[in-house]
Amino acid sequence: MSTATTSSTTEAPRRRMSPRKRAQRARWAQYAFLIIVLIVLISVSDPRQILKVFFRGDLVIDTLTQGLGHALLNTIYYTAGAFVLGLTAGTVLALMRLSQVAPYRWLAGIYIELFRGLPAIVVLLGFGLLPLAFPGLEIPFGTYGVVWLALGIVAAAYMAETIRAGIQAVPKGQVEAARSLGMPPGIANRKIVLPQAFRIITPPLTNELILLVKDSSLVYIIGLSAGGYDLTKYGRDLAQTNANLTPLVIAGLCYLVITLPLSFLVRRMESRAQRAR
Amino acid sequence: MNESQSWDSSPVPSVVVEVNNLKKSFDEVEVLKDISTTISKGEVVCVIGPSGSGKSTLLRCVNMLEQPTDGKVLIEGEDVTDPDCDIDRVRSRVGMVFQQFNLFSHLTVLDNCTIAQRTVLKRSAAEARAKAEDTLARVGLEGREKAYPAQLSGGQQQRVAIARALSMDPDLMLFDEPTSALDPELVGDVLAVMRRLANEGMTMMVVTHEMAFAREVADRVLFMDGGFVVEQGPPEQVIAEPQHERTRTFLQRVLDPTHVEPEQ
Repeated sequence: MSTATTSSTTEAPRRRMSPRKRAQRARWAQYAFLIIVLIVLISVSDPRQILKVFFRGDLVIDTLTQGLGHALLNTIYYTAGAFVLGLTAGTVLALMRLSQVAPYRWLAGIYIELFRGLPAIVVLLGFGLLPLAFPGLEIPFGTYGVVWLALGIVAAAYMAETIRAGIQAVPKGQVEAARSLGMPPGIANRKIVLPQAFRIITPPLTNELILLVKDSSLVYIIGLSAGGYDLTKYGRDLAQTNANLTPLVIAGLCYLVITLPLSFLVRRMESRAQRAR
Repeated sequence: MNESQSWDSSPVPSVVVEVNNLKKSFDEVEVLKDISTTISKGEVVCVIGPSGSGKSTLLRCVNMLEQPTDGKVLIEGEDVTDPDCDIDRVRSRVGMVFQQFNLFSHLTVLDNCTIAQRTVLKRSAAEARAKAEDTLARVGLEGREKAYPAQLSGGQQQRVAIARALSMDPDLMLFDEPTSALDPELVGDVLAVMRRLANEGMTMMVVTHEMAFAREVADRVLFMDGGFVVEQGPPEQVIAEPQHERTRTFLQRVLDPTHVEPEQ
């Protein structure tokens, strides 16, 4: 913008450019810049070398056939279990946070602050090492149980705050209407408030789910047997043995295969909710 | 109108609502200062008064949406201010219609009218559905069962809200400024439904600014100001020949909004 003002002052006799013209010029400049960057990138890069490192044909086939499906399923299992656990515990925590009984509010508050502040990787490590502290302790479902519990506990802290916000976003009149019809508080909550709250928070909850998909890549830290490999661990191992990035690229694309349909689904649900609203 | 005897203090067997020395404060502000009144079966009582006079609070104290600070409210003889009272059971017999409709936005029109029948009265799905269809027809909304509240006009939404309350077979209906949030051309439909309800013998307590409705339908008009009932009686008395200065001033403002007061 500063250039525009200086030019208008130095070239006083000429008519000032109209705002629309100026905006048009700015748009052209942006296109030009983009094209220059592309030309530079293409001229410096060696497409054959790039293909060899990131997308080598034989390695693509190796990666696809040596258990990618299993790793993909593992990532989905880890995520789904943690999400279900986090959602359930998060709902309970959110209700505790809004409870009339003060100690429940405090407990939920402490839990949320604690586990929201801890990196997921620390919690995972802790759960992985828990049997050291409590000999004989066995978390059910083996590695899956450990991952579900650790990621679920962290996710619950985040989701509790989201769900609480959702509950508070439901207009007070909805509860009043439900109570005026004779519904006890529990039924009013379950049938009227929570369904509307979850409708409101579907987009942020999906965000949590997508974050969880990516957090599941941390499970390597607890030491997995080959059967428990998730996408990242699987891709990384193959990439290291072959000194080539192709397996990691494939693993990365698999994450998109999970998250992109989720984003699409949410957008559809949102537009449907918009119509019902 | 022989109701004129029923609102004095002598107990009448068919009293639906009895309010005794009701007081309500929000923090330091005393909104209701000693209110007493009774409503008999089949009576239609319109509560009028300037905004902030406590009329909505009075209505909300009747079904305990607001907790009274002091005094008693009896519904069909049952003291709802008593902590041992099963307020949910009493509320299931007291329908309420809100200014902002408060329809359950995630449920269809039909489900709005059946959910409390199912969960509170434990009616079967078929029974609840039949009842809902019947009440929806009574408010002129047959055929809209599958619609969501957002797909309806304000007037239609308010009529669904009335149908929702009627589906519970209430003994008493409370209306909290039911037409205040409506576009002027939609007010008539809602008032028509309420008028029909009154003619069918429903006991009604209506907080309203619709003076024409009060004059035509009410058996008794209650004028409130500053947390007190200033004046009450049949509409031809309270609205047509108000005894109190404050009632006169209020009615003048409501009936002729362009009127400018001489002292200002």
